[in-house]
Amino acid sequence: MDATRRDFLAAAGAAVTPSADPVDAAEHQHQLVPPEPTLRVKALESLLVEKGIVDPAALDAIVDYFEHKIGPRDGARVVARAWVDPTFKQHLLTDASSAIAQLGYASVRGERLTVLENTPQLHNLVVCTLCSCYPWPLLGLPPVWYKSSAYRSRAVIDPRGVLREFGCTLSDDVEVRVWDSTAELRYLVLPERPAGSDLLSEHDLAALVTRDSMVGVAKVASPSLGDAQ
Amino acid sequence: MNGVHDMGGMQDMGPIKHELDEPPFHEPWEGRVYALNRSAAATGNWTLDATRYEIELIPPADYLRMSYYERWYTRLIELLVKRQMVTRAEVESGLAAKDSAKVTPALTLATLPPVLSAANPARPDANAAARFAVGQKVRTRNINPVHHTRLPRYARGKQGFVMRDHGIFVFPDTNAHFAGETPQHLYSVRFAARELWGNDASARDTVHLDLWDDYLEDA
Repeated sequence: MDATRRDFLAAAGAAVTPSADPVDAAEHQHQLVPPEPTLRVKALESLLVEKGIVDPAALDAIVDYFEHKIGPRDGARVVARAWVDPTFKQHLLTDASSAIAQLGYASVRGERLTVLENTPQLHNLVVCTLCSCYPWPLLGLPPVWYKSSAYRSRAVIDPRGVLREFGCTLSDDVEVRVWDSTAELRYLVLPERPAGSDLLSEHDLAALVTRDSMVGVAKVASPSLGDAQ
Repeated sequence: MNGVHDMGGMQDMGPIKHELDEPPFHEPWEGRVYALNRSAAATGNWTLDATRYEIELIPPADYLRMSYYERWYTRLIELLVKRQMVTRAEVESGLAAKDSAKVTPALTLATLPPVLSAANPARPDANAAARFAVGQKVRTRNINPVHHTRLPRYARGKQGFVMRDHGIFVFPDTNAHFAGETPQHLYSVRFAARELWGNDASARDTVHLDLWDDYLEDA
Protein backbone atom coordinates (compact mmCIF):
# COMPACT_ATOMS: atom_id res chain seq x y z
CA MET A 1 0.00 0.00 0.00
CA ASP A 2 2.72 2.42 1.02
CA ALA A 3 4.89 1.49 -1.94
CA THR A 4 1.99 1.97 -4.32
CA ARG A 5 1.20 5.44 -3.03
CA ARG A 6 4.86 6.41 -3.09
CA ASP A 7 5.10 5.29 -6.70
CA PHE A 8 2.05 7.37 -7.50
CA LEU A 9 3.54 10.45 -5.85
CA ALA A 10 6.87 9.92 -7.57
CA ALA A 11 5.12 9.66 -10.93
CA ALA A 12 3.24 12.87 -10.13
CA GLY A 13 6.54 14.68 -9.67
CA ALA A 14 6.71 14.91 -5.90
CA ALA A 15 9.81 13.56 -4.22
CA VAL A 16 8.81 11.18 -1.45
CA THR A 17 11.69 12.16 0.78
CA PRO A 18 14.01 15.13 0.53
CA SER A 19 16.66 14.32 -2.01
CA ALA A 20 20.23 13.89 -0.83
CA ASP A 21 21.19 15.86 -3.88
CA PRO A 22 20.08 19.42 -3.09
CA VAL A 23 19.40 20.33 -6.67
CA ASP A 24 18.01 18.27 -9.46
CA ALA A 25 19.49 20.19 -12.36
CA ALA A 26 16.90 18.86 -14.79
CA GLU A 27 14.15 20.48 -12.73
CA HIS A 28 15.81 23.87 -12.71
CA GLN A 29 16.59 24.46 -16.35
CA HIS A 30 14.33 27.51 -16.35
CA GLN A 31 16.73 29.27 -14.01
CA LEU A 32 19.30 31.56 -15.55
CA VAL A 33 21.61 31.32 -12.54
CA PRO A 34 24.09 28.45 -12.41
CA PRO A 35 22.32 25.33 -11.14
CA GLU A 36 25.05 24.26 -8.73
CA PRO A 37 24.21 25.49 -5.23
CA THR A 38 27.80 26.47 -4.52
CA LEU A 39 27.90 28.81 -7.49
CA ARG A 40 24.39 30.15 -6.99
CA VAL A 41 25.06 30.96 -3.36
CA LYS A 42 28.42 32.54 -4.14
CA ALA A 43 26.73 34.76 -6.71
CA LEU A 44 24.06 35.79 -4.21
CA GLU A 45 26.61 36.51 -1.48
CA SER A 46 28.71 38.55 -3.87
CA LEU A 47 25.66 40.58 -4.90
CA LEU A 48 24.57 41.24 -1.30
CA VAL A 49 28.10 42.26 -0.31
CA GLU A 50 28.35 44.57 -3.31
CA LYS A 51 25.05 46.22 -2.35
CA GLY A 52 26.13 46.57 1.26
CA ILE A 53 23.33 44.38 2.62
CA VAL A 54 25.66 41.87 4.30
CA ASP A 55 29.15 41.98 5.75
CA PRO A 56 31.27 38.95 4.73
CA ALA A 57 33.17 39.00 8.03
CA ALA A 58 29.87 38.73 9.90
CA LEU A 59 28.89 35.81 7.66
CA ASP A 60 32.15 34.05 8.54
CA ALA A 61 31.51 34.66 12.23
CA ILE A 62 27.96 33.31 12.06
CA VAL A 63 29.09 30.12 10.32
CA ASP A 64 31.93 29.72 12.82
CA TYR A 65 29.51 30.20 15.72
CA PHE A 66 27.25 27.38 14.58
CA GLU A 67 30.07 25.09 13.45
CA HIS A 68 32.36 25.51 16.45
CA LYS A 69 30.90 27.53 19.31
CA ILE A 70 27.63 25.79 20.13
CA GLY A 71 26.33 22.25 19.78
CA PRO A 72 24.88 19.23 21.58
CA ARG A 73 27.78 19.19 24.05
CA ASP A 74 26.19 22.26 25.67
CA GLY A 75 22.95 20.40 26.26
CA ALA A 76 24.87 17.34 27.45
CA ARG A 77 26.63 19.46 30.06
CA VAL A 78 23.28 20.72 31.34
CA VAL A 79 21.86 17.18 31.50
CA ALA A 80 24.88 15.82 33.38
CA ARG A 81 24.65 18.62 35.94
CA ALA A 82 20.97 17.85 36.47
CA TRP A 83 21.80 14.19 37.05
CA VAL A 84 24.32 14.92 39.79
CA ASP A 85 22.74 17.99 41.40
CA PRO A 86 19.09 17.63 42.52
CA THR A 87 18.79 21.33 43.37
CA PHE A 88 19.97 22.32 39.92
CA LYS A 89 17.62 19.76 38.36
CA GLN A 90 14.63 21.22 40.19
CA HIS A 91 15.65 24.68 39.09
CA LEU A 92 16.08 23.46 35.49
CA LEU A 93 12.63 21.88 35.41
CA THR A 94 10.88 24.94 36.83
CA ASP A 95 12.87 27.76 35.18
CA ALA A 96 15.28 26.45 32.57
CA SER A 97 16.42 29.89 31.43
CA SER A 98 17.76 31.01 34.79
CA ALA A 99 19.12 27.53 35.56
CA ILE A 100 21.29 27.37 32.45
CA ALA A 101 22.46 30.94 33.07
CA GLN A 102 24.03 29.48 36.25
CA LEU A 103 26.16 27.23 34.04
CA GLY A 104 27.48 30.23 32.18
CA TYR A 105 25.09 30.18 29.24
CA ALA A 106 23.87 33.71 28.66
CA SER A 107 20.23 33.87 29.67
CA VAL A 108 19.19 35.04 26.22
CA ARG A 109 20.25 31.70 24.84
CA GLY A 110 17.87 29.93 27.14
CA GLU A 111 14.97 32.28 26.77
CA ARG A 112 11.65 30.48 26.68
CA LEU A 113 13.36 27.14 27.10
CA THR A 114 11.39 24.38 28.80
CA VAL A 115 13.08 21.19 29.98
CA LEU A 116 10.97 18.01 30.02
CA GLU A 117 12.00 15.15 32.28
CA ASN A 118 11.82 11.58 31.04
CA THR A 119 11.10 8.93 33.67
CA PRO A 120 10.43 5.18 33.56
CA GLN A 121 6.71 6.04 33.20
CA LEU A 122 6.89 9.07 30.92
CA HIS A 123 8.69 9.66 27.63
CA ASN A 124 8.81 13.12 26.02
CA LEU A 125 9.49 13.62 22.30
CA VAL A 126 10.05 16.96 20.55
CA VAL A 127 9.10 17.82 16.96
CA CYS A 128 8.25 20.82 14.82
CA THR A 129 5.64 19.64 12.33
CA LEU A 130 5.40 23.01 10.55
CA CYS A 131 9.08 23.85 10.06
CA SER A 132 12.23 23.21 12.09
CA CYS A 133 11.94 24.83 15.54
CA TYR A 134 14.54 23.21 17.79
CA PRO A 135 16.31 24.04 21.08
CA TRP A 136 19.36 25.27 19.18
CA PRO A 137 20.74 27.43 22.01
CA LEU A 138 21.66 24.17 23.77
CA LEU A 139 21.88 21.72 20.85
CA GLY A 140 23.09 23.78 17.90
CA LEU A 141 21.35 23.54 14.54
CA PRO A 142 18.95 20.64 14.00
CA PRO A 143 20.07 17.54 12.09
CA VAL A 144 18.57 16.74 8.69
CA TRP A 145 16.36 13.96 10.04
CA TYR A 146 14.69 16.37 12.48
CA LYS A 147 13.79 18.66 9.57
CA SER A 148 12.76 15.81 7.28
CA SER A 149 9.23 15.22 6.06
CA ALA A 150 9.44 11.67 7.42
CA TYR A 151 10.04 12.77 11.01
CA ARG A 152 7.83 15.86 11.02
CA SER A 153 4.85 14.02 9.58
CA ARG A 154 4.95 10.90 11.71
CA ALA A 155 6.17 12.06 15.13
CA VAL A 156 2.72 13.31 16.14
CA ILE A 157 0.60 10.44 14.79
CA ASP A 158 2.94 7.51 15.48
CA PRO A 159 5.52 8.53 18.08
CA ARG A 160 6.00 4.94 19.24
CA GLY A 161 6.72 3.82 15.69
CA VAL A 162 9.20 6.66 15.25
CA LEU A 163 10.90 5.70 18.50
CA ARG A 164 11.12 2.06 17.37
CA GLU A 165 12.77 3.27 14.17
CA PHE A 166 15.42 4.92 16.36
CA GLY A 167 15.82 1.65 18.26
CA CYS A 168 13.80 2.67 21.30
CA THR A 169 10.87 0.37 22.05
CA LEU A 170 8.61 1.58 24.84
CA SER A 171 6.26 -0.59 26.85
CA ASP A 172 2.53 0.13 26.48
CA ASP A 173 2.31 1.36 30.07
CA VAL A 174 4.73 4.24 29.41
CA GLU A 175 3.03 7.54 28.57
CA VAL A 176 4.36 9.26 25.47
CA ARG A 177 4.09 13.07 25.35
CA VAL A 178 4.82 14.69 22.02
CA TRP A 179 5.68 18.41 21.99
CA ASP A 180 4.95 20.12 18.68
CA SER A 181 6.98 23.36 18.71
CA THR A 182 4.37 25.64 17.14
CA ALA A 183 5.52 28.88 18.86
CA GLU A 184 8.66 30.63 20.12
CA LEU A 185 9.13 28.19 22.97
CA ARG A 186 11.84 25.60 22.80
CA TYR A 187 11.82 22.17 24.37
CA LEU A 188 14.74 20.07 25.57
CA VAL A 189 14.34 16.56 26.96
CA LEU A 190 16.14 15.59 30.17
CA PRO A 191 16.76 11.90 29.49
CA GLU A 192 16.87 9.24 32.21
CA ARG A 193 20.26 8.66 33.76
CA PRO A 194 21.32 5.20 32.59
CA ALA A 195 21.92 2.26 34.87
CA GLY A 196 25.57 1.56 35.66
CA SER A 197 26.58 5.22 35.62
CA ASP A 198 26.67 5.72 39.40
CA LEU A 199 30.45 6.02 39.64
CA LEU A 200 30.96 8.32 36.67
CA SER A 201 32.06 11.93 37.06
CA GLU A 202 29.86 14.75 35.78
CA HIS A 203 32.28 15.13 32.88
CA ASP A 204 32.06 11.45 31.94
CA LEU A 205 28.28 11.52 32.29
CA ALA A 206 28.09 14.40 29.83
CA ALA A 207 30.04 12.30 27.34
CA LEU A 208 27.25 9.68 27.41
CA VAL A 209 24.48 12.13 26.52
CA THR A 210 23.54 12.17 22.83
CA ARG A 211 21.75 14.80 20.78
CA ASP A 212 19.04 12.24 19.99
CA SER A 213 18.35 11.60 23.68
CA MET A 214 17.78 15.33 24.27
CA VAL A 215 15.24 15.46 21.43
CA GLY A 216 13.59 12.39 22.92
CA VAL A 217 14.06 9.89 20.09
CA ALA A 218 16.50 7.77 22.08
CA LYS A 219 17.51 6.86 25.61
CA VAL A 220 20.99 7.33 26.97
CA ALA A 221 22.82 4.00 26.87
CA SER A 222 24.51 2.52 29.90
CA PRO A 223 28.25 3.16 29.77
CA SER A 224 29.00 -0.54 29.33
CA LEU A 225 26.81 -0.82 26.25
CA GLY A 226 28.77 1.71 24.26
CA ASP A 227 26.21 3.28 21.98
CA ALA A 228 22.93 5.00 22.63
CA GLN A 229 19.69 3.15 22.09
CA MET B 1 -2.44 28.01 4.53
CA ASN B 2 -3.17 24.33 4.06
CA GLY B 3 0.22 23.78 2.47
CA VAL B 4 2.47 20.75 2.22
CA HIS B 5 4.60 22.20 5.03
CA ASP B 6 1.72 21.38 7.42
CA MET B 7 2.54 17.69 7.37
CA GLY B 8 1.77 16.50 10.89
CA GLY B 9 -0.13 13.21 10.56
CA MET B 10 0.91 12.28 7.01
CA GLN B 11 2.05 8.69 6.71
CA ASP B 12 3.82 8.05 3.44
CA MET B 13 6.97 10.13 3.71
CA GLY B 14 9.21 7.07 3.99
CA PRO B 15 11.75 6.03 6.63
CA ILE B 16 13.64 8.54 8.76
CA LYS B 17 17.21 8.80 7.52
CA HIS B 18 19.41 9.07 10.57
CA GLU B 19 23.04 10.10 10.20
CA LEU B 20 25.48 9.49 13.02
CA ASP B 21 27.50 12.51 14.21
CA GLU B 22 25.93 14.77 11.64
CA PRO B 23 27.75 18.11 11.10
CA PRO B 24 25.90 21.46 11.38
CA PHE B 25 26.38 22.01 7.64
CA HIS B 26 27.04 19.30 5.05
CA GLU B 27 28.45 21.70 2.46
CA PRO B 28 30.03 25.14 2.85
CA TRP B 29 27.21 26.71 0.80
CA GLU B 30 24.68 25.63 3.42
CA GLY B 31 26.51 27.61 6.09
CA ARG B 32 26.66 30.63 3.78
CA VAL B 33 22.92 30.43 3.07
CA TYR B 34 22.21 30.23 6.79
CA ALA B 35 24.45 33.22 7.53
CA LEU B 36 23.03 35.23 4.62
CA ASN B 37 19.52 34.67 5.97
CA ARG B 38 20.51 35.73 9.48
CA SER B 39 22.40 38.78 8.24
CA ALA B 40 19.69 39.93 5.85
CA ALA B 41 17.01 39.46 8.54
CA ALA B 42 18.93 41.88 10.76
CA THR B 43 17.87 44.68 8.42
CA GLY B 44 14.46 44.43 10.06
CA ASN B 45 12.79 44.41 6.67
CA TRP B 46 10.80 41.31 7.54
CA THR B 47 9.68 39.32 10.55
CA LEU B 48 10.58 35.78 11.55
CA ASP B 49 6.98 34.83 10.81
CA ALA B 50 7.31 36.30 7.32
CA THR B 51 10.35 34.11 6.68
CA ARG B 52 8.32 31.04 7.61
CA TYR B 53 5.44 32.07 5.38
CA GLU B 54 7.82 32.61 2.47
CA ILE B 55 8.97 28.99 2.73
CA GLU B 56 5.34 27.89 2.84
CA LEU B 57 4.80 29.66 -0.49
CA ILE B 58 7.27 27.37 -2.27
CA PRO B 59 5.16 25.16 -4.60
CA PRO B 60 4.58 21.76 -2.98
CA ALA B 61 6.50 19.61 -5.46
CA ASP B 62 9.49 21.96 -5.18
CA TYR B 63 9.18 22.08 -1.40
CA LEU B 64 9.39 18.30 -1.14
CA ARG B 65 12.22 18.00 -3.61
CA MET B 66 14.39 20.78 -2.16
CA SER B 67 16.82 20.26 0.66
CA TYR B 68 16.33 22.40 3.77
CA TYR B 69 18.91 25.02 2.87
CA GLU B 70 17.76 25.21 -0.70
CA ARG B 71 14.40 26.33 0.68
CA TRP B 72 16.27 28.95 2.72
CA TYR B 73 18.07 30.12 -0.42
CA THR B 74 14.80 30.37 -2.33
CA ARG B 75 12.90 32.24 0.36
CA LEU B 76 15.75 34.69 0.93
CA ILE B 77 15.66 35.71 -2.73
CA GLU B 78 11.87 36.08 -2.64
CA LEU B 79 12.06 38.28 0.48
CA LEU B 80 14.87 40.43 -0.95
CA VAL B 81 12.93 40.96 -4.17
CA LYS B 82 9.61 41.64 -2.42
CA ARG B 83 11.22 44.21 -0.13
CA GLN B 84 12.90 45.76 -3.19
CA MET B 85 16.39 45.18 -1.85
CA VAL B 86 17.46 43.37 -5.02
CA THR B 87 15.95 42.76 -8.43
CA ARG B 88 15.60 39.40 -10.14
CA ALA B 89 17.96 40.64 -12.83
CA GLU B 90 20.59 41.28 -10.16
CA VAL B 91 20.10 37.81 -8.69
CA GLU B 92 20.44 36.26 -12.13
CA SER B 93 23.59 38.17 -12.99
CA GLY B 94 25.10 38.21 -9.51
CA LEU B 95 25.93 41.90 -10.12
CA ALA B 96 24.37 45.04 -8.70
CA ALA B 97 22.60 47.27 -11.20
CA LYS B 98 24.64 50.35 -12.13
CA ASP B 99 22.25 52.81 -10.50
CA SER B 100 21.54 50.69 -7.41
CA ALA B 101 21.93 52.24 -3.98
CA LYS B 102 24.60 50.97 -1.64
CA VAL B 103 23.53 50.50 1.96
CA THR B 104 25.39 49.75 5.18
CA PRO B 105 25.10 46.19 6.54
CA ALA B 106 22.81 45.91 9.56
CA LEU B 107 24.98 43.15 10.94
CA THR B 108 28.75 43.56 10.95
CA LEU B 109 31.51 41.87 12.87
CA ALA B 110 31.41 44.85 15.24
CA THR B 111 27.65 44.69 15.83
CA LEU B 112 27.36 40.92 15.89
CA PRO B 113 26.03 40.01 19.33
CA PRO B 114 28.17 37.53 21.28
CA VAL B 115 25.11 35.32 21.47
CA LEU B 116 23.10 34.94 18.30
CA SER B 117 19.63 35.03 19.78
CA ALA B 118 16.44 34.47 17.85
CA ALA B 119 15.76 37.07 15.19
CA ASN B 120 12.31 37.85 16.52
CA PRO B 121 11.77 38.88 20.13
CA ALA B 122 8.26 37.42 19.82
CA ARG B 123 7.29 38.87 23.21
CA PRO B 124 5.88 42.33 22.74
CA ASP B 125 5.80 44.89 25.48
CA ALA B 126 2.02 44.94 25.60
CA ASN B 127 -0.92 44.09 27.77
CA ALA B 128 -3.66 41.67 26.84
CA ALA B 129 -6.10 39.80 29.02
CA ALA B 130 -5.91 36.01 29.01
CA ARG B 131 -9.15 34.55 27.67
CA PHE B 132 -8.47 31.10 29.09
CA ALA B 133 -7.23 29.75 32.40
CA VAL B 134 -4.89 26.90 33.24
CA GLY B 135 -6.92 23.70 33.58
CA GLN B 136 -9.70 24.94 31.34
CA LYS B 137 -11.13 22.71 28.62
CA VAL B 138 -10.87 24.40 25.23
CA ARG B 139 -11.54 23.62 21.60
CA THR B 140 -9.36 24.74 18.74
CA ARG B 141 -11.19 26.70 16.09
CA ASN B 142 -11.86 25.06 12.76
CA ILE B 143 -10.12 27.58 10.55
CA ASN B 144 -8.60 27.20 7.10
CA PRO B 145 -6.93 30.55 6.44
CA VAL B 146 -5.02 31.10 3.21
CA HIS B 147 -2.48 33.16 5.16
CA HIS B 148 0.24 32.02 7.55
CA THR B 149 -0.93 30.20 10.66
CA ARG B 150 0.68 28.09 13.36
CA LEU B 151 -2.43 26.04 14.09
CA PRO B 152 -1.71 22.79 12.23
CA ARG B 153 -4.51 21.06 10.37
CA TYR B 154 -4.31 17.95 12.54
CA ALA B 155 -5.19 19.99 15.63
CA ARG B 156 -8.16 22.01 14.33
CA GLY B 157 -11.59 21.54 15.83
CA LYS B 158 -10.11 19.42 18.62
CA GLN B 159 -10.70 19.48 22.34
CA GLY B 160 -7.85 19.85 24.78
CA PHE B 161 -6.81 21.32 28.11
CA VAL B 162 -4.81 24.43 28.88
CA MET B 163 -1.76 23.25 30.82
CA ARG B 164 0.20 26.49 31.06
CA ASP B 165 -0.15 30.18 30.21
CA HIS B 166 3.14 31.27 28.62
CA GLY B 167 2.22 34.97 28.72
CA ILE B 168 1.85 37.42 25.87
CA PHE B 169 3.38 36.73 22.45
CA VAL B 170 3.28 38.16 18.95
CA PHE B 171 0.54 36.54 16.83
CA PRO B 172 2.13 34.93 13.74
CA ASP B 173 -1.03 35.05 11.62
CA THR B 174 -0.84 38.84 11.40
CA ASN B 175 2.86 39.40 12.05
CA ALA B 176 3.83 37.28 9.04
CA HIS B 177 1.91 39.68 6.80
CA PHE B 178 3.15 42.94 8.35
CA ALA B 179 -0.40 43.44 9.66
CA GLY B 180 0.64 44.08 13.25
CA GLU B 181 1.81 42.04 16.22
CA THR B 182 -1.71 41.45 17.65
CA PRO B 183 -0.20 40.59 21.05
CA GLN B 184 -2.10 37.92 22.93
CA HIS B 185 -1.69 35.07 25.38
CA LEU B 186 -0.06 31.85 24.30
CA TYR B 187 -0.86 28.57 26.03
CA SER B 188 0.48 25.06 26.18
CA VAL B 189 -2.55 22.92 25.28
CA ARG B 190 -2.62 19.17 25.82
CA PHE B 191 -4.59 16.90 23.49
CA ALA B 192 -5.23 13.21 24.03
CA ALA B 193 -3.73 11.25 21.14
CA ARG B 194 -7.17 9.64 20.69
CA GLU B 195 -8.82 13.06 20.31
CA LEU B 196 -6.46 13.78 17.42
CA TRP B 197 -6.13 10.36 15.82
CA GLY B 198 -9.01 8.19 17.01
CA ASN B 199 -9.11 5.04 19.05
CA ASP B 200 -6.20 3.30 17.32
CA ALA B 201 -3.91 5.70 19.20
CA SER B 202 -2.66 4.85 22.67
CA ALA B 203 -5.03 5.87 25.45
CA ARG B 204 -2.03 7.10 27.44
CA ASP B 205 -0.38 9.31 24.87
CA THR B 206 -0.79 13.05 24.44
CA VAL B 207 0.37 15.79 22.08
CA HIS B 208 1.13 19.29 23.36
CA LEU B 209 0.94 22.38 21.16
CA ASP B 210 1.61 26.03 21.94
CA LEU B 211 -1.49 27.89 20.80
CA TRP B 212 -2.58 31.52 20.80
CA ASP B 213 -5.83 32.92 22.20
CA ASP B 214 -7.25 33.46 18.71
CA TYR B 215 -6.93 29.75 17.91
CA LEU B 216 -9.10 28.72 20.85
CA GLU B 217 -12.73 28.77 21.93
CA ASP B 218 -14.68 27.48 24.90
CA ALA B 219 -15.32 23.75 24.82
